Amino acid sequence: MSCIPAAAARVVLVTGVSRFLGARVANTLQSDPGVERVIGVDTVPPTASLGRTEFVRVDVRTSGIAETISSARVDTVVHLGLAPLGAGSKEPNAVGSMQLLAACQRSPDTRKLVVRSSAAVYGSSPMDPAVFTEPDEPVEAPTSGYARDAVEVEGHVRGLRRRRPDLVVSVLRFANFLGPDVDSPFTRYLRMPVVPTVLGFDPRLQFVHPGDGAEALRRMTVEDHPGCYNVAGDGVLLLSQALRRAGRPYVPVPSPSLSTLGDLGRRFAGLSGFSPELLRWLTYGRVIDTSALVRELGWRPEYSSEEAFAEFAASDGGMLDRLGAVLGGGRP
Amino acid sequence: MSLDAEVIPLDTARRQGTPEPDGLLDRGLAFLRRRLAGDYEVDEFGFDPEFNGTVLLPLARALYEHWFRVEVSGIENIPSGGALVVANHSGTIPVDALMLSVAVHDHAGRDLRLLGADLVYQVPVLAHLARKAGHTLACPADASRLLAKDELVGVFPEGFKGVGKPFAERYKLQRFGRGGFARTALESGVPIVPAAIVGAEEIYPKIADLRSLARLLGLPYFPITPTFPLLGPLGLVPLPSKWLIRFGEPMPLDGHDADDPAAVSNVTDHVRETVQRMLNETLELRGPAFL
Repeated sequence: MSCIPAAAARVVLVTGVSRFLGARVANTLQSDPGVERVIGVDTVPPTASLGRTEFVRVDVRTSGIAETISSARVDTVVHLGLAPLGAGSKEPNAVGSMQLLAACQRSPDTRKLVVRSSAAVYGSSPMDPAVFTEPDEPVEAPTSGYARDAVEVEGHVRGLRRRRPDLVVSVLRFANFLGPDVDSPFTRYLRMPVVPTVLGFDPRLQFVHPGDGAEALRRMTVEDHPGCYNVAGDGVLLLSQALRRAGRPYVPVPSPSLSTLGDLGRRFAGLSGFSPELLRWLTYGRVIDTSALVRELGWRPEYSSEEAFAEFAASDGGMLDRLGAVLGGGRP
Repeated sequence: MSLDAEVIPLDTARRQGTPEPDGLLDRGLAFLRRRLAGDYEVDEFGFDPEFNGTVLLPLARALYEHWFRVEVSGIENIPSGGALVVANHSGTIPVDALMLSVAVHDHAGRDLRLLGADLVYQVPVLAHLARKAGHTLACPADASRLLAKDELVGVFPEGFKGVGKPFAERYKLQRFGRGGFARTALESGVPIVPAAIVGAEEIYPKIADLRSLARLLGLPYFPITPTFPLLGPLGLVPLPSKWLIRFGEPMPLDGHDADDPAAVSNVTDHVRETVQRMLNETLELRGPAFL
């Protein structure tokens, strides 16, 4: 157990603050008595209120981020800028993270780094073990999109840890976020009028509620827990089961047609399409083991995968009626 | 809880009016309603006990009881805690895995969690049915995880070499892989239960193998049997051989070191010899293959 409260005078920089997770984390941190200042940065202005958090509009791809870190004497960087944005999001993710890590390495004030990574680094394949633990390597390394960015950024983080052994570095590999205010390729997929699934496959999925995600990040920020941890709600849902619970109509489609369908949607209907990694995940699924996190923090996510999904489904108008019927059907 | 209180009187009223047949219908409808609403639980391996018990096992049980007329012996050798069942593999199509599951479920009251080849998880439909039936990929991580939860894990160490061997080599055990199963049992500290399955060899007698076609289709082999592909889809009907499944006494593995390759290989050989001996004895006991 290394729950020693970190050193005083806390100036925390949160990247990606304008997105659903960033806003939550900034709000959680600024109400923490140990935290003096929270500085939020993002390329776009925040949509939700950030309260006491100071917002700086800066592109993490530029050297502006280094100036912000040194001028505010930031001691803790919470990097949430690594997020799936849909097609063509390569630039801000990988390049921005590199700039940020370089700035952390140069700044003498920095003593802690918390990185939002993703369970996507494990990939999805039919040769996967049923459950991934942190030391596991992907059976088939992700070759595209967000997952590859995450792998790359984790590599840079390892490099930084070698060069700055004095830094406390925590990497959180999150399962897919799901909750009322989440917008991700997967929530856009779930909101399709008729949801296409991969014929003959029923992936095992896990979700984490943004509230739990923010709490895990807060604990990593105000306490010292160096290392890499999987974060997911307890339990597993099958895709078919989730769609039925939400009362979503779905139709199984052979996987090549599904990617064609996604391409057509992207080209003609302005949809985000299906990235290869989303398709693989919707085919083979993925389950991660969270016992290391639970052991380290003495805390487990409040929402199970099932509850996070129910929360999301309930927030979505079209899904509401059917869900009520399901819950009314009586689970004790 | 308050919901339950309201539901009970309604239910009993209905039961008083029409007793048994409607009860079955009600249960069937309730099952369908639960399935359509997604109102069931799966474990981290994707095991869906309700679906397995209501849909998959009854289908397999029909074959088990009426087609293969399986007889089971030595069921008392299955311990109540975690254990690794090691069986021979045969039959061109791994029907023996299904029958072994039914035998364990119906006679020992336990769910057998089988370790399957990765090919299983690449094939549409088969992939998710295997997971829903509680099976998983044959890898040390999954096996250890299941054994740590005191599950009964089943493995066929011969793999494709066993299931796809020619009819002429029936009831001759193939190589037992690299002994990964023995190492996993040693590490998990569980006993090995040897099992002999007699009868599967005759269901699709493989008399030839089209290797080039198999390679083209990405299959481990492409079998020619007396009825397939000669009779087309009809050739897929397994021959109605008589089956015997026998479980041997658990083999305790105390005193062996999982990190010692010699110990692992000793255990592997010992288990293989035991299964082969049980096979020979059971085969003699059965007599003619189709009566």
